[in-house]
Amino acid sequence: MSGYIPISREKRTELLESVGLKLENLFDIIPDEIKIKNMNFSGLNAQGLSEQEIIAQLTNLAERNQRVDQYDSYLGAGFYDHYTPAVIDHLIGRQEFLTSYTPYQAEMSQGTLQAIFEWQSYICRLTGLDVSNSSIYDGASAAAEALLLACRQTKKSKVWVSEGLNPEYLATIKTYFHAAGLAVEVGALNEQGTAAGTYPSGDDYAGFLIQSPNFFGIVEDMRALVKKAEQNQALSVVSCDLISLAMFRSPGEVGVDIACGEAQPLGIPLNFGGPAVGFLAAKQKLMRKMPGRIAGQTTDTEGKIAYVLTLQAREQHIRREKATSNICTSQALLATAATIYLALNGSSGLKEVAEQSAAKAIYLQGKLIQTGLFELVYNKPFFREFALKLKYGGSLDLLNKKLLEHRVIGGLALSDDIWLLAVTEKKSKKAMDDFVTLVSNLIRNENVLGG
Amino acid sequence: MKYQTNLIFDLPETGDNANRILRKCDVIKPNFAEFYGEDLLRQEDLDIPNLSEIQVLRHYTNMSSKNFGVENGPYPLGSCTMKYNPKVNENMANLPGFRNTHPLQPVETVQGNLTLLYNLEQQLNDILGMDYFTFQPSAGAHGELTGIMMIKAYHEANGDFARKVMLIPDSAHGTNPASAAMAEFEIREIKSNTDGLIDVADLKQKIDDKVAGIMLTNPNTLGLFEKDVQEITGLVHAAGGLCYYDGANANAILMQTRPGDMGFDVVHLNVHKTFGTPHGGGGPGAGPVGIKKILEPFLPKPVIKKTDNSNRAKFILDYDRPQSIGKVRAFTGSFSVCVKTYAYILAYGRQGLAEVSEAAVANARYLLERVRNSYHVPYNEPAMHEFVITAAWQKEKYGVITTDIAKRLIDYGYHPPTVYFPLIVPEAMMVEPTDTETLEGLEGLADAFNAIAEEAVENPELLKNAPHDKPITRPDETKAARNPILKA
Repeated sequence: MSGYIPISREKRTELLESVGLKLENLFDIIPDEIKIKNMNFSGLNAQGLSEQEIIAQLTNLAERNQRVDQYDSYLGAGFYDHYTPAVIDHLIGRQEFLTSYTPYQAEMSQGTLQAIFEWQSYICRLTGLDVSNSSIYDGASAAAEALLLACRQTKKSKVWVSEGLNPEYLATIKTYFHAAGLAVEVGALNEQGTAAGTYPSGDDYAGFLIQSPNFFGIVEDMRALVKKAEQNQALSVVSCDLISLAMFRSPGEVGVDIACGEAQPLGIPLNFGGPAVGFLAAKQKLMRKMPGRIAGQTTDTEGKIAYVLTLQAREQHIRREKATSNICTSQALLATAATIYLALNGSSGLKEVAEQSAAKAIYLQGKLIQTGLFELVYNKPFFREFALKLKYGGSLDLLNKKLLEHRVIGGLALSDDIWLLAVTEKKSKKAMDDFVTLVSNLIRNENVLGG
Repeated sequence: MKYQTNLIFDLPETGDNANRILRKCDVIKPNFAEFYGEDLLRQEDLDIPNLSEIQVLRHYTNMSSKNFGVENGPYPLGSCTMKYNPKVNENMANLPGFRNTHPLQPVETVQGNLTLLYNLEQQLNDILGMDYFTFQPSAGAHGELTGIMMIKAYHEANGDFARKVMLIPDSAHGTNPASAAMAEFEIREIKSNTDGLIDVADLKQKIDDKVAGIMLTNPNTLGLFEKDVQEITGLVHAAGGLCYYDGANANAILMQTRPGDMGFDVVHLNVHKTFGTPHGGGGPGAGPVGIKKILEPFLPKPVIKKTDNSNRAKFILDYDRPQSIGKVRAFTGSFSVCVKTYAYILAYGRQGLAEVSEAAVANARYLLERVRNSYHVPYNEPAMHEFVITAAWQKEKYGVITTDIAKRLIDYGYHPPTVYFPLIVPEAMMVEPTDTETLEGLEGLADAFNAIAEEAVENPELLKNAPHDKPITRPDETKAARNPILKA
């Protein structure tokens, strides 16, 4: 009996014989030429490992990594190290949420369905929009799906994307759009690092997409986007950050048509980048063209409130090649985790997370500028993340390597001399002060830039 | 038992909780209105209730009790492979050394992660008979799209722009045609024959030089093995097309046969099905895609590579891939799901995986024989890991439909099978007990199916009103779609 199989081979043989079947004939239907005859594959262990052996092997691998809770890290660029409240793991670890599947049978899935309904409600409240789906793979695929939605709605085949979008997201959009035979035009940022004044004109655009806060952390004014999109009969799309929405105007508040993004900052662990959880919300008029599962409220035969998967005529299992997307599932468990994060924090807690992150980023940026070693890349207000340029040249790769020796994971080097640094509410003043002193010392006294 | 029905937004608020979870801010908060300007700042109050920890815990704990999970009882949802999700794998995925790594860390600081992914790629290559795997796709359908994009890129690289047709059997999962359509392919449907297998004569008629490829599930969605698979892949290859294997049913063939040996060029796996990672109420799963060498240039970026530089970074991420399709999501994939997959495969090894498929098929065969006299069995070919039965007899004689039987199973404490799929079988019930079903689970399911068939004769109303003791009775789905209430 191997691994987790609960019935022994002897019992299996006996069961099969009781209904006139034989164990050794189970796979007779497979043609001989393609049957595996020699199992000596080198990539696989011959015998299964015990639980203790698995723990030993995996722990060994995990310990070969350097991690952000033991190092002082300044990485962001799409994934942020916010604090995960203890409650979340306990709740999403419950097997009722963890091991169930897409709630096809509403009567035994009211937990998942209500959790999705609450997620949709929170997303609408944060983004200020009317309809949210049950989630999508990640922020990048959500951006691609948002623009495909714009193309479906407007029946146009070209979109415009600001270069302020995370490059990983832009790459994903390009991949999706190339496959779909649709065009993506990319607009460079202005000299202040925003999309203002960079929008194109023309009535052949299905949608205009900007990110706010953008890749350089700068908070965009979405009103210009909305105006320009309306003038060109295109949909306005914003890839946004849910935590920042505790402080800033929401997309819905200024009339944006579609909001999308990554909900990982809501207490989802970094996990080397995945799994992630994308969100997608839109105005009412786009409801029946949305991709992905959607939960709705209804009543049962006795008039009690009930939740179901609804508007399924959009979906692949009904519409096949005419579906709004091929997406089958959602990231329900992570959407539930994010929902619980919002329930635990409330508006006051979320605002505190946002304000502390912003305040600490502003503090760190000021301190680094004060060293005289860096200058601003863009002079615009930012949230949680900012870009700095080395004043006297040199290689940030060398600096980052040296920082590692001091147990610091530096910012992301966007080029030889441009550094993208992110901090969250988790970062202490002391850590930032030490970091600034270290950086200054390495550059001034140890000349690590090599410039 | 009385079930709680309120929403989180209905609970009475308990006041400001800004510093219940977070320590007090240790830098001075600037005047944000001055720093950002009023125009950027939120003008409306954020309508999100402030609650206490115990309120939140009770709310979601009670909510969870309205769900049914694999640890509650048998969950024979066909094509979804609802097997046991090993607990230790959850612990492993949550090891701080994995959990607290950022996707953009320098490669020399994440050698443990990259080693794991590299080893997992070798494991999957061996299990599926492929040459390379990418871990970027986040789900099965996402894997399909990724694989189809690579097929498209392959033909484009050959200057073969006229190959616009994807062949797909009429029994296929809905995601197959939907994924192909997202890559601009025109769908040409292949008929199933009276045995429930691909009609090879129909396939021959529909193959021409416009064909880019075929998408196939084997065993197919009827749970039947396509024994002509080599002829099928041979025909498609001879016409210049490529062959895509939908791995949703891979649990049936583990270490018995391999898609790579059947002639497939691209494979996706649903690790949440075959390798026991949790389904999470719909996700996160992962849909790694395996390919043969000819498609290697088109893999999504980055690709994990082993180097000779053993002093620091033994494994690197290679972004220099000019022919790559690009990216299908940010970063390298659903890493922690891959950790669980790796732990699962280690627990079995190659001998054990052969027993997984053996147990999966034996359980399905046994259960089918136990219920064969109670329900119409549309096909006579031997079932693999799942089987399809129908309510045709019950519908004709007693007006009882598949939905009624499914809902009555809930009363017996079981999750219903997949219903009304595949679409080519009226009143279909697709039953997949999986390799981890227990003896009492199998016997109980068989007894319940048979008892319900008797109830359909004696008391059809009992079925039509089922389920009887759940938090809700049958919901009004028409009302939900006509007057959508999608948020509170």
